Amino acid sequence: MSDITIYPARKIITMNPARPEVSHVAVRDGRILGAGTLEELEGWGAYELDARFADKVLMPGMVEGHAHTMEGTLWGNVYVGYFDRMDPDGTVWPGLTSIDAVLARLTEAEAALSDPDAPLSAWQFDPIYMDNQRVNRAQLDAVSATRPIGVLHASVHIMNVNTRALELAGLMRQGIEHPGIPLGEDGYPTGELKGPEVMGQVGAHVGYAQALTDCDEPGLHAFAKLCVRQGVTTVTDLAAGLSPESVEMMLRVTGEARFPARVVPLRYFMGLSPADLVAEVVRLRDMSTDRLRMGRIKVVADGSIQGFSARMRWPGYYNGAPNGMWYIAPEQMEEIYERALEAGVQIHTHTNGDQATELALEKMEAALARHPRRDHRFTLQHCQLADAAQFRKIAALGMCVNLFANHHFYWGDAHFNLTVGPERAERMNACRTALASGVPMAMHSDAPITPLAPLFTAWCAVNRLTASGRVQGEAERISVSEALYAVTLGAAYTLHLDGEIGSIETGKRADFAVLEEDPTTVDAMALKDVSVWGTVQGGRVFAAGDL
Amino acid sequence: MSAALPVTVIGGYLGAGKTTLVNHLLRHAEGRRLAVLVNEFGELPIDTDLIEAEGEELISISGGCVCCSFGSDLTAALLRLAALEPRPDHVVIEASGVAIPGAILSSVSLLAGYRADGVVILADAVGLRGSLDDPYVGDTVRAQVAGADIIVLNKMDLVSEAARGGLVDWVAGGWPGAALLPVTGGAAPVDLVLGVGGTRGGGSAVGHADGLFESIVLEVSAEVDAAALAEAIATGSYGVVRAKGWVGGQLLHVVGQRWAVTPGRGAMGLVCIGVKGKLQRDGLAALVG
Repeated sequence: MSDITIYPARKIITMNPARPEVSHVAVRDGRILGAGTLEELEGWGAYELDARFADKVLMPGMVEGHAHTMEGTLWGNVYVGYFDRMDPDGTVWPGLTSIDAVLARLTEAEAALSDPDAPLSAWQFDPIYMDNQRVNRAQLDAVSATRPIGVLHASVHIMNVNTRALELAGLMRQGIEHPGIPLGEDGYPTGELKGPEVMGQVGAHVGYAQALTDCDEPGLHAFAKLCVRQGVTTVTDLAAGLSPESVEMMLRVTGEARFPARVVPLRYFMGLSPADLVAEVVRLRDMSTDRLRMGRIKVVADGSIQGFSARMRWPGYYNGAPNGMWYIAPEQMEEIYERALEAGVQIHTHTNGDQATELALEKMEAALARHPRRDHRFTLQHCQLADAAQFRKIAALGMCVNLFANHHFYWGDAHFNLTVGPERAERMNACRTALASGVPMAMHSDAPITPLAPLFTAWCAVNRLTASGRVQGEAERISVSEALYAVTLGAAYTLHLDGEIGSIETGKRADFAVLEEDPTTVDAMALKDVSVWGTVQGGRVFAAGDL
Repeated sequence: MSAALPVTVIGGYLGAGKTTLVNHLLRHAEGRRLAVLVNEFGELPIDTDLIEAEGEELISISGGCVCCSFGSDLTAALLRLAALEPRPDHVVIEASGVAIPGAILSSVSLLAGYRADGVVILADAVGLRGSLDDPYVGDTVRAQVAGADIIVLNKMDLVSEAARGGLVDWVAGGWPGAALLPVTGGAAPVDLVLGVGGTRGGGSAVGHADGLFESIVLEVSAEVDAAALAEAIATGSYGVVRAKGWVGGQLLHVVGQRWAVTPGRGAMGLVCIGVKGKLQRDGLAALVG
């Protein structure tokens, strides 16, 4: 039997400008031997022709440059989101558009639990689409008064709990004075808990014991299934704790013969001094395998725009909300940048507001002056409100961006009406300006915040439709081919992996997304509806239907 | 059930002297078993001569004190601390330079078994004005100081003699709700920062070697209501930074303008501490009579 497999396909989109579309790809040892005509590929010697993709379209396996594997863990809970969403097993859960529908799904899930003390945990509740109606503990008590219930909001910063959960956490009392715990007329908490500190005290009682930054073992398996269903072959885990236990688990799971994705966890910056952080990440880098790539750092500069915790430049929030909060002191940011540049460690920095972006650019410029390093590819993640001058500066400093294109669909209307106002809402996630400024660009889902699905992300950037159906920021739209580049080679570039993945050409990993339709010829409005058959990862075939 | 564990949050912007103050407290704990929680173990947060043993998660410090890092999960760290044997007497949280300590303390106060003792903000006597004007962190520093029960105005030695009075008046006028302690080298008296409670002084505050602070001990009449007394001291102008006492079966704590009264029995009496020359002895005596 030959060790070369040649796959004919209806079309193979290569992302290699020298031969953008071919009919055949040859694979050996998990890598691409060549992409071209059958005749060209036959020159490599004896082969086996595998025609299973003869009527499919292949493109480079997609690279999700900003996601969190904890989405896999969250699917162990009840989905109560507003939008339809596919779970790791391929079931599409219809979106719930009213509080009553949410309570009905909770009641149904409650009835299915056999252990009377087990918590009922739900996620992705988003009352912003329901006129911001609040849920109180009495409504959840009607679902169950005896088992603790916790409903995590889509923002991941608010949770609703029932009376039982408050009792277990010692919070079912009067006289609490805390901005994160609204009280009812009776003086007892309403059951809404705001902010990680408050949620953390109840989390363990309602099934959210684990830090929300990390996945567990079943969660990692579940997340990998989502990757296959969405054509993703390399995925980041953008704020990983990377404790010794977590690293051991991730090495073991990703090392399983049929684990279908390459995982790139970035070590969350908190908990170590800059010097220790960089040293730890260098140590982790050397433990990496093909399917677990450690050795990068995630820094968070500010909060979120819709949570009004992002740091904004003048004139601030459209509704007059006070400026947001810093997650890191400017001096610490500069020190981490400097030490990382010195050690050759890459940093991705979360900046949402334009003041946070400004700070990152200022500190990067200062750090680079002291520790010049070519090709550092430090990346700004989200970078949602950067203006044209900031994109020019990003390019000049050799930095990359990974823009949050999906945000535009999910929260674009809120940004227009409430958070930043019409003008800045139209320039949010400015893909066109980024490309025109020469900034290497990826774009992302931030799963679980929005669903993992790079073709949907591409659709968002191409069409810039909000959930209400308005085109917002027409001038910032990009073409389908630019969008497909961003979710493959573009994202690979931000991880220094563009030499290995992101295109279909000789020498690269045999990572393909296998599609039923051709994303380059369907109507741009149908890009998100292109069905994914599955993936090929490192030469191994994964059919979504067989998961 | 044992009495609630008092928690003090020490905050302030980078370089104001938080770590220096923490080490000063450890050095002068006077028998208190302090548990210090720091955001991160870095270039060591604790002076090396104080360290007895270093583990992955816990540093043992002379005098029965410990230090742990909490990273991004303070709640978990506090729950671990509560299980320590022997139990600490006082928890000191050193907040990160951009954290809002008032918010941290109000979250801590939700945890059963803990008592929010107070927020102590370190301010750099030379750098405070500049950091308040900083375009990035000015509003953060303002929010930190606004939440202070005690402002420790540190590095006073770097301020010229002529400028000291004006600086102290400006801070005192700007944040009238906080007690102000101008110090050098982070050397704020432990009884003021953490409250009266060391064993070496015999259980009550006596003698402040540097002569900048003074204390008075008052007898309290049995008719006095503990809560009313605490509120009067906290909100009145008696120059009190700290007060502690047992009044009619209640334990009373005052820190700046924050006060708390919890059930507790001890020898009836009240200790008040303040900046030397500012304590209003007569006014206080009238309150307890």
